[in-house]
Amino acid sequence: MAVARPKHLVLILAREFASNLATATMITDERGYLVYFNEAAEEVFGQSHSEVGEIPFDDWTSRFEPRSVETDEPLPKEQRPTGVALYERRASHQCVRITSLDGLPRENAVTAFPLFAHHDELVGTVTIFWRQ
Amino acid sequence: MRIRIWGCRGSLPTPGASTVRYGGNTSCVEVRLEDGSLLVLDAGTGIRCLGDELAERGVRQIHLLLTHLHLDHLEGLRFFAPMWNPEVSIEIWGPPSPTTSLRDRIARSFSPPLFPLELTDVPAKVTYHDVPREPWTIGPFSLSASLVVHPGPTVGYRIRAGGATFAYIPDHEPALCGRLAELPPDWISGGAVAEGADLLLHDAQYFEDEYETRIGWGHSSVADAVAFARAVDAQRLLLFHHEPLHADESLDLLEDRARELAGQNGRGPTLAREGMVVELQPRLVLEEHRERRGEAV
Repeated sequence: MAVARPKHLVLILAREFASNLATATMITDERGYLVYFNEAAEEVFGQSHSEVGEIPFDDWTSRFEPRSVETDEPLPKEQRPTGVALYERRASHQCVRITSLDGLPRENAVTAFPLFAHHDELVGTVTIFWRQ
Repeated sequence: MRIRIWGCRGSLPTPGASTVRYGGNTSCVEVRLEDGSLLVLDAGTGIRCLGDELAERGVRQIHLLLTHLHLDHLEGLRFFAPMWNPEVSIEIWGPPSPTTSLRDRIARSFSPPLFPLELTDVPAKVTYHDVPREPWTIGPFSLSASLVVHPGPTVGYRIRAGGATFAYIPDHEPALCGRLAELPPDWISGGAVAEGADLLLHDAQYFEDEYETRIGWGHSSVADAVAFARAVDAQRLLLFHHEPLHADESLDLLEDRARELAGQNGRGPTLAREGMVVELQPRLVLEEHRERRGEAV
């Protein structure tokens, strides 16, 4: 079993912040690995974080077939809000249609932003799923 | 590795008859090897006496590692004798800031009205380094630094030399990020610095009831310090950053409480005392020695 990497302090603080939010929130590290989502996000995805573990967020979010609300076209990973935050290192906000594990389509307003630490290094991203 | 405590008081120097056993000087620790290689950790008021000794020893090259720039970790630097010797080179390492260089942040304490002289008046050859993101070396020392939970940019240091590992996290409130006994180790602030260290020097400023009214101030209760040491599997725990309001008798009780919390594991926590020296031996050597004598490791 792989040993988990020690998390950057900014991710540790973000997790503690997210764990106290009633708003669905997801955190990735700088590699794009999903490292945490809170209880409110479990309602959105239909899975707990302990069931999912640490995996590339692209792999995981693809299970939900994210699509553009405007065009209903599949969203490539680099155009999803988390992908924009991770690959372009800027904030992004979009309305995204997903298919949850219960098979029902859901529309979510999604905001993602990168986390930069003191060295101006990217240490991860935060993605928020707003209630519609 | 020889570790000497020159100051272990937190927040404010606390001289006087009631603190004479544990000492009143603020944070400063010397790490020295048999060959004379030297690191100085933090520049609280304890560094003044260390500076006098280094001058007597004729030391000309000094590496000073700052965990952060709160006054109790910096205020002694102005009275550190080697700073005023043009023949001395001092390399100062500290946490990065997104806006201001380490030199400029230190220069604030070397300027009126806080001090009559400017940093430009210092005759020693001083250079400044943000701590690297990756591990690095200083002579025979292997080092790494990680940001830890404390107000403002603050790092802890992991120092390895001669087969022994010393973790230095004098100001730290890891419990702010959740219950330490329940967090996965990779999600504990300071875990990367302290994991499996032969000696962990850690903040234990408060009794548990004091901490309840000081949450978020950046320091730990004795219970959280013991829980942190257990979570990172540190071999020995040296409690540090003593509360200025705690006289010697209170600190005796704090040490008793720490040992009670740690239980009977044969390596009870100890409170740092000014003048204390810890000789840190490589664990492998100790284990080999015990095996030869037929003792359980």
